[in-house]
Amino acid sequence: MNSPTRATMLLETPFHSRVADRCKINDWGNWMGYTTPNAYFDVELEYFSIRSTTGVFDLSPMNKYRIQGPDAEAYLNRMATRNISKIGINRVGYTVWCNDAGMVMDDGTIFRLGESDYRLCSYQRAIDWLLWCALGFDVTITDETEDLAALAVQGPTSCTSLTEMGLTDLNTLKPFGMRTYDFEGEKLMVSRTGFTGDLGYEVWVSPEKAETLWDQLFDAGKEYLIKPFGSYALDIARIETGFIQAGVDFVPAEEMVRPGRARSPFELGLSWLVDLEKPLFNGRTALLKEKAKGSRYRFAILNVDGNKPADHSFILKGDRQIGTVTSAAWCPTAKSNIAFAQLEMPEGSIGEEYVAEIYYQRELHWTRLLAPCKVIDGPIFNPKRRRQTPAIPH
Amino acid sequence: MNNYDAIVIGAGHNGLTNAAYLAKAGLKVAVLERNPYIGGATVSRELHKGWYYSNCSYVCSLLRPEIARDLELPRHGLQVVPFGGGATFMRNGDHLGNYHDHDRHYREMARHSKRDANAYDRYTADVTKQTRLIRPFLMRTPPDPTSLKPRDLSDLLDFAKAFLNMGEAGLADTIAFWTKSVGDYLGEYFETDVIKAHMAGSGIIGTALGVYSPGTAYVLLHHYMGDVDGNVGSWGFARGGMGAVADSIAKAFKSYGGEIICDADVDQIMVRGRKTTGVALRNGDEYLAPIVVSNLDPKRTFLDIMDAKDLPAAVVKKAENFKIRGSSGKLNIALDGLPIFNGLDPKNPVMAGDLHFTDSLERQERAYDDWKNETWSKDPYLDMMIPSLTDPTMAPPGKHMMSVFVQYAPPKIDGRDWTAEDKAGFEKTVIDQISTYSPNFKDLILHCETRTPQDIEAEVGLTEGNIFQGELTFDQLLFNRPFPGYAQYRGPVTGMYMCGSGTHPGGGVMSAPGANAAREILRDLNKPNTVPGGYADD
Repeated sequence: MNSPTRATMLLETPFHSRVADRCKINDWGNWMGYTTPNAYFDVELEYFSIRSTTGVFDLSPMNKYRIQGPDAEAYLNRMATRNISKIGINRVGYTVWCNDAGMVMDDGTIFRLGESDYRLCSYQRAIDWLLWCALGFDVTITDETEDLAALAVQGPTSCTSLTEMGLTDLNTLKPFGMRTYDFEGEKLMVSRTGFTGDLGYEVWVSPEKAETLWDQLFDAGKEYLIKPFGSYALDIARIETGFIQAGVDFVPAEEMVRPGRARSPFELGLSWLVDLEKPLFNGRTALLKEKAKGSRYRFAILNVDGNKPADHSFILKGDRQIGTVTSAAWCPTAKSNIAFAQLEMPEGSIGEEYVAEIYYQRELHWTRLLAPCKVIDGPIFNPKRRRQTPAIPH
Repeated sequence: MNNYDAIVIGAGHNGLTNAAYLAKAGLKVAVLERNPYIGGATVSRELHKGWYYSNCSYVCSLLRPEIARDLELPRHGLQVVPFGGGATFMRNGDHLGNYHDHDRHYREMARHSKRDANAYDRYTADVTKQTRLIRPFLMRTPPDPTSLKPRDLSDLLDFAKAFLNMGEAGLADTIAFWTKSVGDYLGEYFETDVIKAHMAGSGIIGTALGVYSPGTAYVLLHHYMGDVDGNVGSWGFARGGMGAVADSIAKAFKSYGGEIICDADVDQIMVRGRKTTGVALRNGDEYLAPIVVSNLDPKRTFLDIMDAKDLPAAVVKKAENFKIRGSSGKLNIALDGLPIFNGLDPKNPVMAGDLHFTDSLERQERAYDDWKNETWSKDPYLDMMIPSLTDPTMAPPGKHMMSVFVQYAPPKIDGRDWTAEDKAGFEKTVIDQISTYSPNFKDLILHCETRTPQDIEAEVGLTEGNIFQGELTFDQLLFNRPFPGYAQYRGPVTGMYMCGSGTHPGGGVMSAPGANAAREILRDLNKPNTVPGGYADD
């Protein structure tokens, strides 16, 4: 790994030499203290690599925690809202976790590496909370963030690109499955997961093998039109496919300052991740109460008329403001104008129609647009290839 | 000829602020200052040719932006420049840097403990919640909880609402903050000694309490509730030293027609019947005014320049029992160059911030033990800054000015006054501690001004040299500051008011007490209010 001194303002990921080489427009952002591209060459073309060929995203800064020990499963069941016992070995599960008030702290994925061996990937840093929750459990928790380099390899030709690189029979890997391959004398782990809603994989290697992985992958994917993509393209893809993001679509509960600004899983449309049958988990009492009493807000995916993204819009019902937009984008594959909104209960039932108050500027001229919008039943983009096994070749 | 509408005793920043708002309302106001120069504890003094010392207060964050803007202090020469960072040097040769950049700070803390580095976000959120509770009340008169006046009731209701808004956990946290020790409070978040020690310093500065004494968590909060340009908790240097604060307020005051009279040592606030009539100086001069405002601390005000016969016995008693214990001293040093610290690149931005050498709560607590034993700390807690790294006007080019705040130093040594020998020993203790971590430091010293609590009291007038005009413990805050029944800036004698840091919201160079007192005076005079309201936190 390029090991910058601690005097460096921003760290570099293990792929930095390769990333920097391809970051043609020099548009860099700060992700958890790492310098990472917002865009490499053209946001729109980068986005289409995800949807029509193979797109590659460096997700090394993602926080990664190893949870091992006899109580690992019981511990995760206590920590997270969903039933972890249902995640088999070599399987991955998406979950959220709450504080005692039943408010979402973060979402992430849990990789079950063995009988009592898990890896949690989270957007937020979480070691303090994870250790706090570990009191009374026989588990060891290790921060592996810097020990693993990872690439998201997403898009219709992603399976073929990776197979070409040597991941034999990868097409038989089911969604949310994972598998280990030999790679340059080490182990490479691949999971059929991602943040794009498309056919796609995440590939995990030691930082020492990162540059080799990048080189081999781009070489193998050349004929399948492999391209890197930055965080702007990822943002469009994740909105198109209905994925929320911590710090954007909700405030991590333990970092909330203003009373009432955190959200419960129910209020984020994630009730399917909450297993109230489990006898005890963080936030259960509060969530039971909320279930009985009703929630304050509802998460809605809005299909907005017109082609102006409803960024930061108020949502109106008549002349009453009933909510705000947290994420919005024109979705180029679905050819739809999508917005995520937090609406006050009881608003937000599927099919309800509202108005989005949109402001946009062209040549220094601001226009206020009142665009009709409608609550839709789930993500606008959800292709079959995302679930098909064997995975399609292109 | 010596007739005024109002007289303010003491040209500290609060006295000047108070006077400025009274003058702005059209009153004929004089500020009387004992020293030949203004500023009180907000001064810059050239004690070594070419070097300017902020020889009392030395950093700026709490100064209310509403006042700075309203009195046009920038136009009158005030510029506050934020400084980034700080560091605590450790006995093992390592250090803990405090970086302005969030991620870099995370990484630096993570070198010592990943868990603590992560917990810092939770800590920051919780502290921010508490500052948001307090900040709206800084520019307001504390409501009297026993009063049935509509204004008091409505203010109390506001406070109760803000309090209840915090929810159960927030409320519990508030109580903890107001009553706990800073050591215990930090223990809720952090496990690493140096991280706790670095933060705990703010809980003991200027306070005759230890890191494990109940009430010190609030003192830490007090240091977090200021802001520089809206960045809450951020600190800065006044360009030209802290005297620039007093000088700019003085200019604003004069622009409204006010008059400042130096070398005017007030002997007594004159009272006739139950009303004040003015003040008498030690030289016999008299200045007459129906309004007399004291910027002095409650002890000096009620026990020194007022006659006990003019006061309710309860007030005299409360003034006697007011906690205003001396706990700190100061060294101001002219340096021939930049000192090098073990293990730290001199170009590292944390050099421009607050530097410390106490890497554990245990050492901080032991330092307090010495104070209790009536001697200066033999291993003191230092809050050291090199303002010349930020402000080029403080020292000649290439040279540096160093401000060293020293905790603890008692008002008396073994019950007697400080001797020259004591003072030299105190100075040596401090210089030796710095030298342990900086090999070239001693050789760079060109001049050193050492100030014991006794020196500060003698020169500035603060009782026992207490920098806050009274300790910032919960029993002396809000409607109890300085005493119950007298927290709304009105004294026990008609026409007599208080405007110093001994009143709400307390010490630090805030100017809020001075402004709040002016608002009450103008209310009593049925004059339009000239004092701005506080900015709302969003």
